Amino acid sequence: MAETLSMQAAINTALDEILTADDRALVFGEDVGTLGGVFRVTDGLAAKHGSDRVFDTPLAESAIIGMSIGLAIHGFRPIPEIQFDGFAYPAMNQLITQLARMTYRSRGALPMPVTLRLPSFGGIRAPEHHGESLEAIFAHVPGLKVAVPSNPSDAYSLLKQCVADPDPVIFMEPKSRYWHKAEFGQPAEAAARIEAELPIGVSRVVRPGRHVTLVAWGAMVARCIQVAELAAEDGVDVEVLDLRWLKPLDVAGISASVGHTRRAVVVHEAPLSAGLGAEISALITENCFDSLRAPVQRVAGFDVAYPAGPLEDHYIPSVDRILAAVQRTLEYRRG
Amino acid sequence: MKTDDDTARRLYRLMVTTRALDAEATVMQRQGIIPGYAPLKGQEAAQIGSGAALDLARDFAFPTYREMGVAVAMGVDLIGYFASHHGSWHGGLYDPLASRFAPINAVVAGSVLHAMGWAKGEKLSHGTGVSLAYFGDGASSQGDVHEAMNFAGVDDLPVIFFCQNNGWAISLPTERQVAGGSVAARAAGYGLAAEVIDGNDVVEVFEATNRALQRARSGGGATVIEAMTYRVGPHSTSDDPGRYRSIGEEQSWALLDPIDRLAQQLRAAGADDAFFESARTDARETVETVRTGLVDMTDRPLTELFDFVFTNPTPRLLEQRDAYLSNAYLSNEYASEATHG
Ligand SMILES: Cc1ncc(C[n+]2csc(CCOP(=O)(O)OP(=O)(O)O)c2C)c(N)n1
Ligand SMILES: [Mg+2]
Repeated sequence: MAETLSMQAAINTALDEILTADDRALVFGEDVGTLGGVFRVTDGLAAKHGSDRVFDTPLAESAIIGMSIGLAIHGFRPIPEIQFDGFAYPAMNQLITQLARMTYRSRGALPMPVTLRLPSFGGIRAPEHHGESLEAIFAHVPGLKVAVPSNPSDAYSLLKQCVADPDPVIFMEPKSRYWHKAEFGQPAEAAARIEAELPIGVSRVVRPGRHVTLVAWGAMVARCIQVAELAAEDGVDVEVLDLRWLKPLDVAGISASVGHTRRAVVVHEAPLSAGLGAEISALITENCFDSLRAPVQRVAGFDVAYPAGPLEDHYIPSVDRILAAVQRTLEYRRG
Repeated sequence: MKTDDDTARRLYRLMVTTRALDAEATVMQRQGIIPGYAPLKGQEAAQIGSGAALDLARDFAFPTYREMGVAVAMGVDLIGYFASHHGSWHGGLYDPLASRFAPINAVVAGSVLHAMGWAKGEKLSHGTGVSLAYFGDGASSQGDVHEAMNFAGVDDLPVIFFCQNNGWAISLPTERQVAGGSVAARAAGYGLAAEVIDGNDVVEVFEATNRALQRARSGGGATVIEAMTYRVGPHSTSDDPGRYRSIGEEQSWALLDPIDRLAQQLRAAGADDAFFESARTDARETVETVRTGLVDMTDRPLTELFDFVFTNPTPRLLEQRDAYLSNAYLSNEYASEATHG
């Protein structure tokens, strides 16, 4: 019988198993040791695996990433955490000019199997810089991969895939989903199953439908499922595609879904302009132009700094805004 | 001198080779064989003295873009080293793992944290190796250097922060760059050992580096070494130092030339003309080999534009590669590469 587990617990389980299986794996960052992380994602890992494997660093993000690079050159498999999305900015130089390029610069001699765990996105009424969506920035950088789980089972198996991959991956954890429980099979079996079905870069149709595809990731997946349920009441059959990987992007999966629904809405929390919605929309146009019944719609955060308090409810794509976009694709008539 | 005569002679030979290669690099730039170069003339002692102290079986060096002398001292494949200046491959074509010499890094202070991280790895592995981070007086202003020193202090890491204070960061003199008196003075704030040394005295550099290595190997943690030296030449082959410093200043450093100084000591200790002649001959041979290697160096195969972005490449990158390599407007050579490679 499958038990239910939160994403926080699922990631914790994955890290525990990774540390047990691979003695070159290291977990470190600000407050991840004794405290177990501000979201308790690394709870108990230092006690179990020791302070050589799971350790607190001083408070400097650039150094956390720079240290990861040196550790990788030494042969370790670093799994650093940066405490919140907005504090990846101080590490950007090391992430972009160093981590992302070391494999290229060294012509493959220095692989960088670094998985950066980054609690990300908004929706928890957090202070400034604790609700940012940096995926388009990361996905734009040659040499980086980006994964985003939307549910506990995926968080578990995606994290294992990221750590096993020889390249640097930014693993963006949707913090508003940390405490949502969902069905979770026997961990190791679940991972094997998901990995067999969904290799790196493969998306998943989490709700099949016939009329329009909602393309989403992270916390927006659950919201899109809500939208689909509401639309179903009006007889609109919405397909929800959970991308899971933002680099590599699942071009085939997106094309297959939109190819049969013939309409698409891309939903993301990051600001609209130059967001990944633009990239995905362009891909759909390139690959599905002849099947499209309507221009691809985007529902995204506004082009503003991430706002405070209740304003975030207006900033983050709401059910209503997504429904309206669905409607636009259905009502569209060629001019 | 405490350093034995054989070692001093070895250091001398390495400095002479470095000086000759450095001069030749500027010549090659003028002749269009390489597009650019960052001369190190005047800094041979700082580079050879530190690089030659490292144990290639266990230590690891993290260079900037001006550490050709360290590459000579560590026996790095020099044609592969110059491939970076040749414009063949950013970072060079040598094997960084086998050479114990990280890829050339063009981001000022970019690799200092990597040396700290490598040292963390060495400590976790209970090894006795030490990493050595090269950086300049200008780089010392970067936050990454301070973060690295602090992390190293907190964890007692086996790393040497080796600052070549060559007086200038392009056009900015040290007094406009470094507050608090010196780069070495900062070590106190992080609880690290520190030494300010005469960076133009190769034996002093060699011995100071050995002391720092010994300290790190025996669990004594990190050391900041500030080697006071001077960049006699321009910042790079496209720089014009006349715009920011006087000929007089440049000439005053000529009196402190590290190679002349060691030559005098060696002569006093009994080195004869034959020794100096053989050092020059060896240097000429290395210069010839490197020059020939660079003249003959061909462009990298076009596939390499795409090959090393990832260890496990994304499908879209492979698609971009295959589509581009099979383009009709590329020469046949590349089109056939696409089908074969
Ligand atoms: C982060 C960064 N900023 C600016 C530059 C441009 N730049 C290259 S070398 C240099 C001066 C560096 O001086 P220093 O650290 O003293 O080293 P030196 O060139 O004297 O060896 C500058 C400003 C750079 N490469 N990286
Ligand atoms: Mg300088």
